Amino acid sequence: MKFTGTAHRYGRDIDTDVIIPARYLNTSDPAELAKHCLEDLDAGFVGKVQAGDILVAEENFGCGSSREHAPISIKAAGVSVVIAKSFARIFYRNSINTGLPIMEAPDAVDGIRDGDKVSVDADTGTITNETTGQVWQAQALPPFVREIVEAGGLIERTKARLVC
Amino acid sequence: MPRPMTITEKILAAHAGADEVEPGQLIECSLDIVLANDVTAPIAIKEFRKIGVKRVWDRERVALVPDHYTPNKDILSAEQAKMVRDFAREQGITHYYEIGCMGVEHALLPEQGVVGPGDVIIGADSHTCTYGALGAFSTGVGSTDAAVGMATGEAWFKVPQSLKFVVNGELGPWVCGKDIILHIIGMIGVDGALYQSMEFTGSTISALGMDDRLTICNMAIEAGGKSGIIAVDDVTREYVRGRAEREWTEYFSDPDAVYARVYEIDASAIEPTVAFPHLPSNTRPAREACDVWVDQVVIGSCTNGRMEDMRIAAEVLRGRKVHERVRLIVIPATQEVFRACMHEGLTDVFLDAGAAVSTPTCGPCLGGHMGILAAGERAVATTNRNFVGRMGDPTSEVYLSSPAVAAATAVAGHIALPDDLSA
Ligand code: SF4
Repeated sequence: MKFTGTAHRYGRDIDTDVIIPARYLNTSDPAELAKHCLEDLDAGFVGKVQAGDILVAEENFGCGSSREHAPISIKAAGVSVVIAKSFARIFYRNSINTGLPIMEAPDAVDGIRDGDKVSVDADTGTITNETTGQVWQAQALPPFVREIVEAGGLIERTKARLVC
Repeated sequence: MPRPMTITEKILAAHAGADEVEPGQLIECSLDIVLANDVTAPIAIKEFRKIGVKRVWDRERVALVPDHYTPNKDILSAEQAKMVRDFAREQGITHYYEIGCMGVEHALLPEQGVVGPGDVIIGADSHTCTYGALGAFSTGVGSTDAAVGMATGEAWFKVPQSLKFVVNGELGPWVCGKDIILHIIGMIGVDGALYQSMEFTGSTISALGMDDRLTICNMAIEAGGKSGIIAVDDVTREYVRGRAEREWTEYFSDPDAVYARVYEIDASAIEPTVAFPHLPSNTRPAREACDVWVDQVVIGSCTNGRMEDMRIAAEVLRGRKVHERVRLIVIPATQEVFRACMHEGLTDVFLDAGAAVSTPTCGPCLGGHMGILAAGERAVATTNRNFVGRMGDPTSEVYLSSPAVAAATAVAGHIALPDDLSA
């Protein structure tokens, strides 16, 4: 999995209530959720994000509720991968389980500015800032987690196991 | 001999069929209860269908609680609630709670004895960590995890490191479980326990009743924790006896178990505490917040909507009136709490004070309905999150506090302590 896109950079503790405010939780339709992604943090985000773009944030991204609507709305808004210094644990799980690639890479976050062009090789963990030329190596996913991601998410993995 | 383990490690090992586990290890565990609500169950049900199994793994071990937007807020919410109801009927789910017996999930399941000591529980709701107060391993997950849990009765976990919070000493007047946990979150921050289990112990914790313990474990997630846990003692046994639907198992940390960090906390130094916008870690003593005027006060939620909370609020409100500029909304968390409020005469106290008393619902806690804030408005709430826009307009503000401070604030019109009120 390789991605290239423009970085949208945000701070720390970006919580699920600003990723997708609860007033939109009366639906689980991805297209509908995408329209309100990050609305209370940056009302202009949905207007400027292009398919394949990359979300970059500091510590504790996705803290707060367990709503899977959060990774779903990010993915449906067109974001290809989220790079953060650290992730809140339920968001981390939900992203793996639903197939939104995420990477913990504190150094890369420090070296990426809003608007930089960034490419990511999720298989090797290599992150490149195409604008500045800097390259970082993020930690690879643990094998068990990669197994879920490679199966296409937890549902696909479960399906495969229950069938055999 | 297995390695010395914490209570959390022991519960996980037992459910993974292993003699021992260690932090960092990835394991698959059998589950005792899988929970979802009206916001998360619809996605879980859709995902469940994709797996291709016909029935849930055990219809008595799935709990479905429509509490967030119910009684139905609007047509979309009604559709979501209907989807959960239809699924519950189709599958013959025994722990489905219709309006009329529904309560806020994390108050309801312990009260009804659905969850108990030694259990492993996942819930598609972040505050599922609440049940740790019973000596269970309980954690919030997403809808996909819940779907797979409903289908297989299993979930994957990374065994968390444990943090130990030893709280000793006597609590001051009007200081309760909420102040202890706000104090801890203020001390370690909203990611201070990221991926970790928070174990609470010490003489102060032992002296607390179950409602306060549930409040403390409820907010473990606000420090980033995977779970909160308090070992079983006589208080727990008395609480679960007569309620528990199943046999329960008691686990205790070994004396030489390994902790990532141990915090010693002097309870006598904890004051009534308020978390300022927009993070639960943004805490200050309530006495330093008296210049904060408010438009609304909410007493309820899975954090502080239990009987002990209602009693404290009523104690402060008895014979007093809500300030003319304040709207006070009291939401007993379950039908049982609602009824007990009536029997004990607390409902009269609230009504006499000028409060609105509601049927159980999450309602304003997540900005759903029943008390949404307009632009620029401020609320004090006994809930657990004060993120931007949590209770309404993105420019509104939520201050988190105990029921005592919330009730005093409703009377004073600004953040206040009960002792600040004239008699
Ligand atoms: S009361 Fe609030 S925090 Fe608790 S389950 Fe409901 S919405 Fe979530």
